[in-house]
Amino acid sequence: MTKKQDNSITWETFSEGLWRDNPVFVMLLGMCPVLAVTNSAINALAMGVATTFVLLASGTLISLLRNSIPKQVRIATFIVIIATFVTIVDYTIQAISLDLYNALGAFIQLIVVNCMILGRAEAYSSRNPPLKSIVNATGMGLGFTLALLCLGVVREILGAGSLFGVDLFGPRFEPWVVMVLPAGGFLVLGAWLLLFEWLKQRKTETELKPAAES
Amino acid sequence: MSTARADTQATQPSTPTGPMIRTLMGIAMLSGFLVVLTYQLTKPMIAENQRRAIEAAVFQVIPGAITRRNFLVTETSVTAVTPDTPTEGTLVYAGYDEQGNLKGVAAKAGAQGYADMIHLLYGYDADCECIRGIKVLKLAETPGLGDRIISDANFIANFDALEAKLNATGERLANPIVTVKAGTKQHPWEIDAISGATISSKAVGKALNQSTQQLLPQLMPHIEALRNAPPPPSEAETAKAENQ
Repeated sequence: MTKKQDNSITWETFSEGLWRDNPVFVMLLGMCPVLAVTNSAINALAMGVATTFVLLASGTLISLLRNSIPKQVRIATFIVIIATFVTIVDYTIQAISLDLYNALGAFIQLIVVNCMILGRAEAYSSRNPPLKSIVNATGMGLGFTLALLCLGVVREILGAGSLFGVDLFGPRFEPWVVMVLPAGGFLVLGAWLLLFEWLKQRKTETELKPAAES
Repeated sequence: MSTARADTQATQPSTPTGPMIRTLMGIAMLSGFLVVLTYQLTKPMIAENQRRAIEAAVFQVIPGAITRRNFLVTETSVTAVTPDTPTEGTLVYAGYDEQGNLKGVAAKAGAQGYADMIHLLYGYDADCECIRGIKVLKLAETPGLGDRIISDANFIANFDALEAKLNATGERLANPIVTVKAGTKQHPWEIDAISGATISSKAVGKALNQSTQQLLPQLMPHIEALRNAPPPPSEAETAKAENQ
């Protein structure tokens, strides 16, 4: 990201959103929708797709206009662009399914203030050519969606005994209601963060060991 | 911003106002264009979805209904909803079967639940003077506890034929609808609560009682008007009337 002159698109451009700079598990951005709408896998997926679309569309437009936007008004410009695409998503979801719209509630409109999107616009799209921004935004969006799914799947399985609305365990399963409540969001997020932190630590340890031996 | 940025800013002449205004105006116009375009494109689909959602709910609470017609109930009259009717009054949805017989009337009700207002739609059958079904439109009750008012089979069974009969003078219900403790229902106007979701169950009872107490004395004197209403309008007309 810091090497502004390097305009080549690499696997890293795409994958940093998936793993190294994952918006949810590494940067801990956009926690509000992450905790609020992941009570079922389908809600998590819809939220992830909606956010990805906004991220991708606003990133592309900002990247195209990056040389003609004066610095002083860039934040205002970014917000107007982001809000436009959020409104488009809002109408589109209403047109696709009212049930889904009701389930996601105010969190669709709140994508406007998802700091991940403004953060990527400021830190990436406004400094990189369109194609590179698109690739990166796709990776970031995918990373966000996957993270939301990680939470949504666990919470739905434990909290409702189903996955994507399909019953898994039959009537004998007693759902852990706490998992679909807000508290469950924090618990599951904490558990995932623990897992990723542990994986990261183990990786650094194995990397350090040969260095120490030599 | 970083110090590197501050440095470049100092060396470069600051942007004149002109380009800033041009950029913001350009973006605002582009944004306005995109939003209006999407709004226009999705408007018919959204209206269709909303119509279908209401329709599905109405037909769910009025068993046997396949067409519907909207009426406005006020203190003195019951009128069919047309694009130019005033909006004051209670909106009710009358459901008819294939032959055009009135199967029931659906209306909205609401009461404070445990977390927030519970909004529901109920179907009233004028023949048996009872409530034939309810459908929760919106609730924010605790998942697994309060939201069992949607899924609990025993609770739903309360509304197979919940009595809501007007008294002799037609001013209020002969027996107000009440929610009783789980398993103690004795009269047809009582609702068996769900144990563990008493507050939510009581809210349903309260909503139905309030709504029927207010609506039925106004509606029942005019029920013949609903029975003899002209055949329900086509889908397109209904959708048009609703969009007004």
